[in-house]
Formats: sequence, structure tokens, C-alpha cells
Amino acid sequence: MKNFGFTLSKSYEINLDKADRALVEKIRLKEPTLSLCISCGTCSATCTANVHQNTNLRKAILFVNRGMNTEAYNELKNCQFCGKCQLVCPRGVNTRNLIFNLVKILEKEVNHAV
Amino acid sequence: METATYLASLGFKTTLIEKSGQLGGKIRNWYKLFPNFSHSIEVFNHLQRGIDLSDVVVKLNTEVVAVEKMNPGFVLQLNNSEKLNADSIVICTGYDLFDARLKEEYGYGIYDNVITSAELEKMFASDKGIITKSGQPPKKIGFVHCVGSRDEKVGNTYCSKVCCVTGVKQAIEVKEMIPGCEVFNFYMDLRMFGMHFEAMYKKAQEEHGVNFVRGRLSECAETIDGAINLKVEDTLLGRPMKLSVDMLVLMVGMVPSEGTKKIGSLLGLEFGKNGFFKSRDQHSMANISNIPGVFMAGACINPITISHVFGHAHSAALMVASYLNNLPIENRVTEVV
Repeated sequence: MKNFGFTLSKSYEINLDKADRALVEKIRLKEPTLSLCISCGTCSATCTANVHQNTNLRKAILFVNRGMNTEAYNELKNCQFCGKCQLVCPRGVNTRNLIFNLVKILEKEVNHAV
Repeated sequence: METATYLASLGFKTTLIEKSGQLGGKIRNWYKLFPNFSHSIEVFNHLQRGIDLSDVVVKLNTEVVAVEKMNPGFVLQLNNSEKLNADSIVICTGYDLFDARLKEEYGYGIYDNVITSAELEKMFASDKGIITKSGQPPKKIGFVHCVGSRDEKVGNTYCSKVCCVTGVKQAIEVKEMIPGCEVFNFYMDLRMFGMHFEAMYKKAQEEHGVNFVRGRLSECAETIDGAINLKVEDTLLGRPMKLSVDMLVLMVGMVPSEGTKKIGSLLGLEFGKNGFFKSRDQHSMANISNIPGVFMAGACINPITISHVFGHAHSAALMVASYLNNLPIENRVTEVV
């Protein structure tokens, strides 16, 4: 077929009806304080890894809540577990246990999918 | 009611003029109150007991149709052709709910399962509980904050103050009545300004798993099976998002009531730029109007919570008592530049 230079691009929109939200519930069972995040960004501002390479717990929590599991994993795969985020979180999210379980659960899924 | 109770108890001859057939105003329409989930009827009963225990003359189904300023004092012409002499007047004309049909992109009055927060309160109190038009309990509910507030498009630039807290309160009540129901609250800011409000917000997240999405709902459309498709930006991710819900609740704000506009123009009271009554000073003389002897209390001055209305009510009673007794502190009323 003649190529006219037009392509179809994938939708950028989040479709929450079709999102895979089973994993976030699995993670929530391991660390219920996941629900307490208010996206203030204190964790990602203080993060020692975020200064060098993209590591953002605030975004990861949003991604995983929207079923964007690969994106969530990519935000946290470089975490060094220093725990500074836990010291500063105003909502008392148990960030280290959350990141540990999030990475552990998502790693399987993400690597399996690749 | 509260101002009249105190004034009558202090020995002033007090008449309460009520437009409708019963006292209490909008509080009778609410089921439970934030942040402690007490029944609103308890507050009403407290008010009513005050009226019962004092010598307030209550005139129901009565309106003021004309006012004559006697300097000093006023003659109020009532709709039952009665005339009433008053040395002082307290205006408590409250607020009206924002007409949600003005936000036509949300489809209120067009789509079956788009309702207002006031209608949800009635569902809470009814035997049928929370049901969609087809009679089923919803599996997914969306709450839209700031409907008719902070919105230049509808001409209301102010915050209505109570809707954020009500949105969180109603989300919790829905989860308590239908535990399996997924709840989404769409907000621009969550203003948990009062004592225990933040704790209630945390409870909604922690105990009930309410989903808070930062983004103002931009449009919605009804599907053939009566669900509502929503379009919103997840502004924290910077991505457009769509989802469907079985019921959409609009957190309607407060607007100046018809009674406020009417009595204000009869008396020649000053209005602020948002259409509520203008206080002599927002901080120190909130109850005092531009006319000597005329005082105000409650949501005719600005959007306000029930707890703060009681403060207004007590303050107004004290202002009237001071005015009628011509206390020396009356000279303290300072001109506002």
C-alpha cells in the first residue's frame, strides 16, 4: 500500500475503566498507608536518588493507582532505601515498606511482560 | 432562631418572621453533619427548644413586604396586612443553593443519574437508600467539588466553604452504606480548614479507600445504560483521563438567597461584590450593617458552616442588646475607610 506518511498514534488518555488495578490492591494489602498519600511531593523533593536519576514516589503512587504499573516500577527501580522520604512524609506513609513491596510485586509483572 | 431565643430571654419583645411554613431553614434537609456525623435534627431540636423556652412570637408563612424607616425604629408591613413596630431588625435570610443547571456541561436536569449534594442527603435519610434512577445501588460514584463556586463562568468567584468538607463527609457515608461502591472525588483544592476536618479526610482515605483525583471535571456524557462518562485531567500526572460512574454528585455551592436580595433592597442595605450583605467590617463588625439598628447573622453575609452560624447568632443578639440599651460601647463603631 502507498505510504502517505500518516500513522495512528496510541491514546495518551488514561482509561480508568480498563485500567489494571489488581496490583495496586495487592500492594495496598501489604502496605495500607499507600492510601494516605496527598501528592505533596515532600518525598520526591528530599529523595537522594531523584537528584541523579528519575526516582519519584509521588508519581509512582499515582501511576500504580491508575494501573500504569510499568511506569510506577520505573519511578522506583533506582530507590536505594535510604528512608529519607519516610522521615519527611507528613501523612505517615510507611514509604520504605511501600516501595519494597511495590518494586517486588511490580518487578515480577514488568519483567514478565518484557 | 438562636438570636431570637437569646434576645427574648434577655427581656426584649422578640418576633420571628419566617417565610416558610416551618422554622429551621435548610438544616432540616440535611441528614448528618460534618465532621462528627451527628444527626442535623439534633441541632434543629436544640434551636426549637430555645424558642419553646423563651417568649419569642413566631410568625410562620409571613413575609415583610414593605419597610418604613421611622428614625428611630422601623414599621414592617407584613403580607398578612399586619404592621409591626421594631426598634431593631436582625436579618437571617440565609442562602440559596447554586442552580446546577447553569453548569450545563455536567448535565444536571438532563442526565438521570446526575444529582446534587442536597439530593444525596435526602437519599441518605430515605428508606430506599442510595439508588440510581433504575433503582439499583451504584457501583461507582463520582463527586464533583466546586460546582458553582470559584467559577468565573457562572459569576461566582468565591469559595462556598462547606462543599469540600461535605464532599468528603458524603463520600464516607456512601462507603458506609454501600461498602463495595467505588468513590471518586474530583477536586481543585481540598480545603479542610476546620478542626477535625483533616482527620475526616484522612479517614476517607485510610478506612474507606476513597479516590481523590485532582482535576476539575470538564465534561460528562450519559451512556445508553444510564451511566455517566467523565472526562477530567489527572493534573498531578498531567494526563487526560476518562472513566464511567453510575452516579454523579455535584457539590453545589451557596449563592445569596432571594430573601436576601428582597429584604436588602427594601431596607437599602449594602451588598458586597458577591451579592451577599456587606458588613461594616469583615473582621470586627461582621454583624453590623450600613443602617443603624439593622443587624445580620449567618449565610446572608457569606457562606458559613453551622457551627459558625451559632457564633454569628449569639453575636447578633449581643449587638442588638448593646444597641437597644445604648451602651457606651456603641460609640466604638468606627468608620471604615
